[in-house]
Amino acid sequence: MMTLEKLQELKEKSRLVLEERLKEEDNTEVKDGNFILKGDYYRKQTRIALRNCEIIRPESIDEYIALDGYTSLGRILTEMKPEDVINTMVESNLRGRGGAGFPAGRKWAEAFKYDSDKKYVICNADEGDPGAFMDRSILEGDPHSVLEGMAIAGYAIGADQGFIYVRAEYPLAVKRLKQAIEQAKEYGLLGNNILGTGFNFDIELRLGAGAFVCGEGTALMESIEGKRGMPRTKIYRTAQKGLWQKPTVINNVETLANVPVIFQRGTEWFRGIGTEKSPGTKVFALVGKVKNAGLVEVPMGMPLREIVFDIGGGVADDKAIKAVQTGGPSGGCIPADLLDTPVDFESLAKIGSIMGSGGMVVMDETDCMVDIARFFLDFTVEESCGKCVPCREGTKRMLELLEKITSGEGTEEDIARMESLADTISSASLCGLGQTAANPVTSTLHYFREEYEAHVNEKKCPAGACQALLEFYITDKCIGCTKCARNCPTSCIDGKLKERHVIDTDRCIKCGNCASVCPVGAVIKR
Amino acid sequence: MKNVTLTIDGKQITVPEDYSIIQAAKELGIEIPALCYDPNLEVVSACRLCVVEIEGSKKLETSCSVKVREGMVVNSETEKVIKARQDILQLLLDSHPNDCLTCQKAGECLLQKYSYKYGVKFRKHDGAMRPELMDTSSPYILKDNSKCILCGKCVRTCSQIKGEREVLAFAERGYDTKIVLDSDKTFAASKCVSCNRCVTVCPVGALVDKRLIGKTRAWEADIKTINCKVCDYGCEFEVLSKDNEKVAVRAKAPSNGRPLCLKGRLTTELLNVDNPDTPYRKIGGKFNETTWTKALGLSNVIDKIEKLEKKDEE
Amino acid sequence: MEFKFNLEENKEKIQEFRDFIKENRDKQGVLMPVLQEAQVKFGYLPNEILEIVSKDLNIPLSEIYGVATFYSQFTFIPKGENNISVCLGTACYVKGAEKVLAEIENVLGIKCGGTTPDLKFSITPTRCIGACGLAPVININDDTHGKLKPEDIKAIIEKYR
Repeated sequence: MMTLEKLQELKEKSRLVLEERLKEEDNTEVKDGNFILKGDYYRKQTRIALRNCEIIRPESIDEYIALDGYTSLGRILTEMKPEDVINTMVESNLRGRGGAGFPAGRKWAEAFKYDSDKKYVICNADEGDPGAFMDRSILEGDPHSVLEGMAIAGYAIGADQGFIYVRAEYPLAVKRLKQAIEQAKEYGLLGNNILGTGFNFDIELRLGAGAFVCGEGTALMESIEGKRGMPRTKIYRTAQKGLWQKPTVINNVETLANVPVIFQRGTEWFRGIGTEKSPGTKVFALVGKVKNAGLVEVPMGMPLREIVFDIGGGVADDKAIKAVQTGGPSGGCIPADLLDTPVDFESLAKIGSIMGSGGMVVMDETDCMVDIARFFLDFTVEESCGKCVPCREGTKRMLELLEKITSGEGTEEDIARMESLADTISSASLCGLGQTAANPVTSTLHYFREEYEAHVNEKKCPAGACQALLEFYITDKCIGCTKCARNCPTSCIDGKLKERHVIDTDRCIKCGNCASVCPVGAVIKR
Repeated sequence: MKNVTLTIDGKQITVPEDYSIIQAAKELGIEIPALCYDPNLEVVSACRLCVVEIEGSKKLETSCSVKVREGMVVNSETEKVIKARQDILQLLLDSHPNDCLTCQKAGECLLQKYSYKYGVKFRKHDGAMRPELMDTSSPYILKDNSKCILCGKCVRTCSQIKGEREVLAFAERGYDTKIVLDSDKTFAASKCVSCNRCVTVCPVGALVDKRLIGKTRAWEADIKTINCKVCDYGCEFEVLSKDNEKVAVRAKAPSNGRPLCLKGRLTTELLNVDNPDTPYRKIGGKFNETTWTKALGLSNVIDKIEKLEKKDEE
Repeated sequence: MEFKFNLEENKEKIQEFRDFIKENRDKQGVLMPVLQEAQVKFGYLPNEILEIVSKDLNIPLSEIYGVATFYSQFTFIPKGENNISVCLGTACYVKGAEKVLAEIENVLGIKCGGTTPDLKFSITPTRCIGACGLAPVININDDTHGKLKPEDIKAIIEKYR
């Protein structure tokens, strides 16, 4: 049977093997006694949740153990009372990384309070924000950190059963998790009588089936129970009556991955990183029109500009940055002149966006803000569960208004009506998805109102993105090669060989074929 | 159970602590509008029409789900609340056909009632409407999805009778959500037993009693509640009269312990309506016209009685 | 297009499926895993299978239908031999995923969500698959094709014919 001593021995042995391998592969360096990945991109980051990603082999529990894995769990089980574990968590002020930023310690304390024959720990791995893949990387790159975090939570609140609800769209993550759970059970680090302490904790995987709303805690529980993933009305808190009406703690992947480290290195160390109200780090999926797209983990409070320019290398093709979208479909667009905003829960909320799960999409001058709002609303409409009226009906109408505006048929009244609708959707919807569904519209209306007005009044899309408002035009660069005319599906281009061609805009369907075949770039959108 | 005292719209009331705000308001004679709430069904807070403002909370709260607390101060008709209700009703009307002139539910429809109260009107728009999916397969119930507001009361009442009912469910999601029977079957093809529980709770014209259509609507009918005589429980039915003629019977409410049934309904109809319509029986996924004897399962009884009485005469 | 489910041809698979249900029926909340197993085994959820699930798990058919139609991963028409999932996440969208999708629809002659009559291909829209660095991305079965332009599509599909 595995004991704490045996775990220590295994750790020392495995560490030597790991060091050997890393030395050979030569893509890491040692900083303050920890391995970090080489290169500027990584050197500027502070990796806590991603500490092991791309360093250890995710299939190997030994390598996880080599870097202090399961040591926290072992020490907690043998040396700490559940109350002390909760106190440490509260003291660390680790806030939920899934979006809302609720302190994890307070959730645990609440669930601990209730007496029950059964309690549950759920890991929310239903990462669904478009453009976000933080949780996926952790699950694929360091699955044991999540399992260890869950077991610690289980011990703290008195649960013996955990569930990981993971998106079925992440097959590799599912495979790695399955394998990791088996290994941990084999080693006696999960299952019955863990490390001989009498503590039992088992973890079961449950797969999502393609419903974004299941990222909402109560919808997720409905889904695990085998029902339609429709959020519950909150008569009771999840900590009191959650999964199968039993006290339940739900934490997201990144939050749980932070837990073991906090117990290894202490709350003081953890609170020394980030800001006072938002300690620690946050992982962001930096994507869109940025040079170095990828995952970045930085201390909370780092200005947006530093993330996008110092780490991300700035905007691709050296275009001008226009906005950064954070928080996915529940978030907002932050305009370029607010790039010095520190990235933490409070600061982002103040400027009308949210931290969310960490999606960060960089947009340049060719991105139309009205169209981006339309994109997110389209997502929300598709993913609304349909339970409550404001979200089901309201987002649909809002999307129709946005479609009207982007196709050049909008009016001033449509903008006013959207504002009024946004207000009701936010204040009267049942769950977080509905309450934040209007954010992409509200924030772009706030910062980019002139773009909406241009669509409505001048019937122009300043960014040149809304097809319906564009006109294809052949400039005098044209060499009369006839290629465009031959490739036009509606034969709306006229012109003689070696003479400048002309597009009949009435018949043009704006497919853009002409522009892409033109050898001299004479076809422009205007 | 402890009692708590709270204030709603400036009036104080003391109620048991497990009351929700909407229940406490009712005791005060304050009607908070609600479409999905029913004291006999699970609370789902889906329609959001019952939102109120609670002092100390910035958000609007649904009065059906929030329990009363000592010293709570509730305002049920503030400017913010009224605006939200108007918007919600407008959203529902935007998806709803303008058919109040000929709708069987007119006069009793809650959507109509609250739209009147808050001054919300139908308006023209080019956007989506709920598709017209009408289930006319049953002689007892007419289901018109285009009028459905998806409050889910029908689903909840149907699923209260485990095993033998549980016919209705939500299907699809988002704007495409709809109420289906079994795996999207018709009344005739599904295992529905035509008990009409769903019809009794539907707040709009999405589920109506088909045998009432064209006969009378609520305001011009004289309505009398009676108890069914088929079994001792006696579910409640209503007898509707027009110009002194008893024209129809409809289910009103199940009694404690019994779920409402077709046999009870037909018997009540036979005994109370002056000229009852032909009864129907579902056989092999189809409704067929039948005789009253067969519909009420009395063939054996009547045969035996006739035999015995013949013997007496001999 | 109607795709008829053949009970006789699928006899063995149905037996295996029912054994799966039997083994797992005591697990709490087993409906989703059972439907997921059915989706993998049969490629879609025929009505006949839903009825079996209802009987074996003693869950009303209406509830099962409601659950199955709620989640976008469950389908009611068979998937093609080759499933093309087109990522419509933000990063892909910004980089022209819509044009790529239009070209796939054009080449196969079916709409997104459909299956070709010869059951060779189907197109499924998906949410972000977390490969944003390669945007725009499609997955054909387990292969990922990234940084796509509409003109690449024809050649890629040809490889799977």
